This record gives sequence, C-alpha cells and structure tokens, in this order.
Amino acid sequence: MNNLLVFPLIIPLLTAVALIFGHNRIMLQRWISLVGSLIHLVVSCLIVRQVHHDGIQTLYMGGWLPPYGIIFVADMFAALLVLSTSVVSLACLLYAFRTIGQDRERYYFYPFFQFLIVGVCGSFLTGDLFNLFVCFEVMLIASYALIVLGGTKRQLRETLKYILINIVSSALFVAAVAYLYSVTGTLNMAHLSVRIAELEQAGILTVIAVMLLTVFALKAGLLLFFWLPGSYSAPPAAVRAVFAALLTKVGLYAIVRTVTLLFPYQPDLIRDGIGLMAMATMVLGGIGAVAYTNIHKIINYNVILGIGFIGFGIAVGNHASMDGVIFYLLHDMLAKALLFLLGGMLIKAAGTEDLREMGGLIKRYPLLGWLFFIVTLALVGVPPLSGFPGKMLMLRGGLESGNVLLTAVAVLSSLLVLYSLIRVFIGAFLGEEKRSEIGEESFKGLLAITFGLLVLLVGMGLGAEEIYAFVSQAGRILVTPELYVEAVLKR
Amino acid sequence: MELIMSLAVGILFMVGVYLILSKNLLRIILGTSLLTHGVHLLLLTMARLKNGAAPLLGENASSYVDPVPQALILTSIVISFGVTSFFLVLAYKVYQKLGTDDMEELRGEEDE
Repeated sequence: MNNLLVFPLIIPLLTAVALIFGHNRIMLQRWISLVGSLIHLVVSCLIVRQVHHDGIQTLYMGGWLPPYGIIFVADMFAALLVLSTSVVSLACLLYAFRTIGQDRERYYFYPFFQFLIVGVCGSFLTGDLFNLFVCFEVMLIASYALIVLGGTKRQLRETLKYILINIVSSALFVAAVAYLYSVTGTLNMAHLSVRIAELEQAGILTVIAVMLLTVFALKAGLLLFFWLPGSYSAPPAAVRAVFAALLTKVGLYAIVRTVTLLFPYQPDLIRDGIGLMAMATMVLGGIGAVAYTNIHKIINYNVILGIGFIGFGIAVGNHASMDGVIFYLLHDMLAKALLFLLGGMLIKAAGTEDLREMGGLIKRYPLLGWLFFIVTLALVGVPPLSGFPGKMLMLRGGLESGNVLLTAVAVLSSLLVLYSLIRVFIGAFLGEEKRSEIGEESFKGLLAITFGLLVLLVGMGLGAEEIYAFVSQAGRILVTPELYVEAVLKR
Repeated sequence: MELIMSLAVGILFMVGVYLILSKNLLRIILGTSLLTHGVHLLLLTMARLKNGAAPLLGENASSYVDPVPQALILTSIVISFGVTSFFLVLAYKVYQKLGTDDMEELRGEEDE
C-alpha cells in the first residue's frame, strides 16, 4: 500500500477542477496550472525513486484486496513513463503560455490540458482492464476538446474523423473486455494473467488477444495510422506536441502490457503479427515522410516511423529489445515533443507550411536551425544523443533473436528519418531566402523551453549508463511477468 | 437465451457498421449509437443470462445475477452519452461553418 501512487492522477485532476473557476483570469490560470505541473513533476520523481529502492508499488483503492477492487500498480516501466509525461507536459504548458492565444486560454484550454494528463497518467498506473478503458476515455475526451478548441474549418473537419475512429475503437475495446470477462471472470490484470495461464491460452484467448491488439494498434497508430497525419496537423503547436508525445505512447504502453503481462504464454502468433505490422508501419511511414513537402505531414509521418520502430522492439520481445523499447519510448516522448515544438516555430517563422516556399532561415534564426539539426540527429540515433542507446539495444535484441529482415527494415527506417528531416533542414534553413516580406519573430522564451528539452535529450544520451539502471529494472519485469503478478497478488 | 441475444447484438453491429460507412454525418452518428448499444448488450450477454434476483441484498434470494457487468455497462453508457452529445454538437457546428453534412465534401486540404 502506497498512497503516493494516486497523486499523479489526483494533482492534475484537482488542478483542472480549480481551473474551471474564473476562466477569464488568465494570469491566475497560468500560475495554477504551472504550480500543478511542477508538483506533478516532483511527485513522479518521488515515485521513480521509491520504485527504484523498494520494487513494485501497489495501491488498493478503498482497501479492497485484489482481484475485487481497483488497484494502481507502479512498476519501473509505468513510473518512468509517468515521469516523462510530467516533463513533456511541463514543457508544452510553458510553450502554450506564449503561443496558444487569449481566446483559447479563456475557453478552458488549461483545464482540458490537465484532464489529458489525468487520463494519460491513469492509463500508465492502473492495474485493471476496465479502469484502463475509463482512463483512455478521460484522455480521449480531453483530446477531442483540445483538438477542436478554436474552431477553425480545418480543426472541425479533422476532429470529426478523429472522434469517429476513436468511438469505434472504444466500442471494440468494450467488446474485447466483455469477451475476456466471459472467458476468465476477472478484470484485474495480474489476476487475468494467472487465469489465462491456467487456461493455457485456449484458442478463444488468442482471438481476444488479437482483438485487444487491434484496439490498441488503432490508438497507437501501429499500421492502423490512417487517421493520424490529418488529425495531428489541425490543432496549434503546443497541443500537437502533447498529442505526438503522449497519446500514441499510451497505446504502445497498452500493447506492451498486453503482450508481456496478459498473453505471454503463446507469443509466436501475436509477436509475428506485431512484427509484420511494425514492418508495414515503418515502410509506409517512411514513404509518407519522404513524399510530402508539407512540414506537418513530414513530422507526422516521423511519429509513425517512431511507432513502427517501437513495434519492432515489442515484436522481438527478448530482454535486450524490451530494455531498448523502454529506453526508446522515454527518448521518443521527449524528442517528438521537441520536434513538434520546433516544427511549430519553424512554420511560424517561415509563414508557410510548404517546404518549397521556405529557405535561408538560418540567417534570421540560427539557434532554431541548430536545435532542429540536433533533434534530427537525436531522432536518427547518432551516438552521443539519446536515440542511440534504445535503438542499439533493440537492434541487438533483433539480431540475437534472428529476426534479420525485421532488423534490416528497422535500420533502413532510421535512414529515412534522417533523410526526411535533413531535407527539412536543408530546404528551410539553408539556401536562399525566398520570402523576404516576412517579419522578424521573437522566439526568446520558446527557444529557452526547447533548449531545456534538448539538454534533457543530450543528458539522456550522455548519462545512458545511469538511466540504464532504471531501464533494466523495468525490462526485467516485462520479460518475467511473474514478478508483477506476485507483487500485486502477494502470493 | 444467450444465442438470441448474440444474434441481436450481431444485427446491431451490422446495422451500425453499415450506417458508419455511409456519407451522411447524422447517419454516421446514429451508427455509432447503435454500435455502442450492441456493445452494451454484449457485455450483459457475456456475463451469462442466468436466472436470479436483481443484485440487491434486500431481496434475500438464494442466487443473484452478476453485478459486475451491470456496473461496467452503467459506466460505459454515461461515457458514450457524453461522447455522443459532443459529437452531435460538433456535427451541428460543422454544418454551420462548412455548410455540408456530406463526408465526401469534408475531405480536402485546400481552403482556410
């Protein structure tokens, strides 16, 4: 029992409720949400420290022992993801202060933002399948509001599609929960793991596993990503960055939990399926990333490439690749947030989304240009930066398990990341200035925020040895789910 | 009894999916509500439709029906109610601003 676990959920929830009052007092709103995010960051650091020293932490809601009540479980994987969620949300919040505009701030932007964090942290920490569904919905409903807030034509149009796809996938999720409940008679994830082991993965359970994976793949954009490029180009930059960093990662987290905890007993079919999906995602995402000249499209397809790469690590599924998945997820959350924030500034600076109309921005915005260059290298996985350790671990795991083709595609996908983003760098920052009429934008505060994120990325790369201590602790639980089950059910 | 319910759920899914694949926005929203109806009936059916008293301890019966799926359905109903109302208002706003409810005309990259 550890009441600290509920705080990553309670703090943004209370902050959001407090923010609903007095929506016209913008400075007050900013201060309250900033303080809420800072406390959230401190609490998630405390949780990571506690899990590091004392092992998996559990909290039984209302004192009901599992499997009867709802439980919260923080193993190292969940704790690290909560920590990077709070870092990303703090950075995006600071970015939003300067860019989001008074109209949106007045119409409950900050409460919706905090509710989104509630849903994300709840999804990471919960140990109950139906509670996971509820946390998903909290996150999604907040994201519907954030994506449409402002009400431009493009936002309205894209929100329609985004909502529709998520309603359908939520319906499928409930149907999968219904089937799983009828077969096993429980909803607690640890208890489900035990019951599924007792049933020796009967055929029906494989069907349910595939159904759950379809649902989570829709949320994560693993192969079923057709909704993503449009939806993620509609809202303002701060919102896009939160979406790209957090929403798809929640889907990936759910896939990891499903594969490692619920259905680890007959992995071949499921793992091979994920491997094929990951390969197709990398190929299609790569094609998308090099095909467009629209900045939104290029960076959105880079999100898809990243998802495919993590899918590859999940499909391999040995200890090295699981460590790699965790490391890369943490890096990817920060790096994608940074990429989208810089992309937003780039579009603002150039006054257009089209790469063909940009050029020579390095003269006016040297710092922005070099930040973009370094984040490109980090995303590709150039050694001193944070993308390298995760990618290396995953590729090593892939070769150890003999998945040569999948590993080769993963390496090639890194080249496509490099090509697509360097093309943006060369097209937008180098060369001749094409639009001389654009004025001088001042990005001082924003550059400080993105620079802070970049320092974290470089620190993650340089301090990989220290971080690996945490990551391998998380990876051990993913490859031996018995540890999780024991910690929850106390056998 | 479960067989009949399963067939009913299947028909609800079928009609729901058919409506979601149509062009008209309102038909799509109707399709999503039918889909969620189907899912809720599925939850109820999947917990076995045995005979038993309503899950109230005051009934003093020898057996009760399973209370868990009823709680799940209740949760899911309010969530889908919230989402559907948001979706309907969004459709209204889209009709006001973009002047169409045809999904074919709502694609495209230009304008703004």
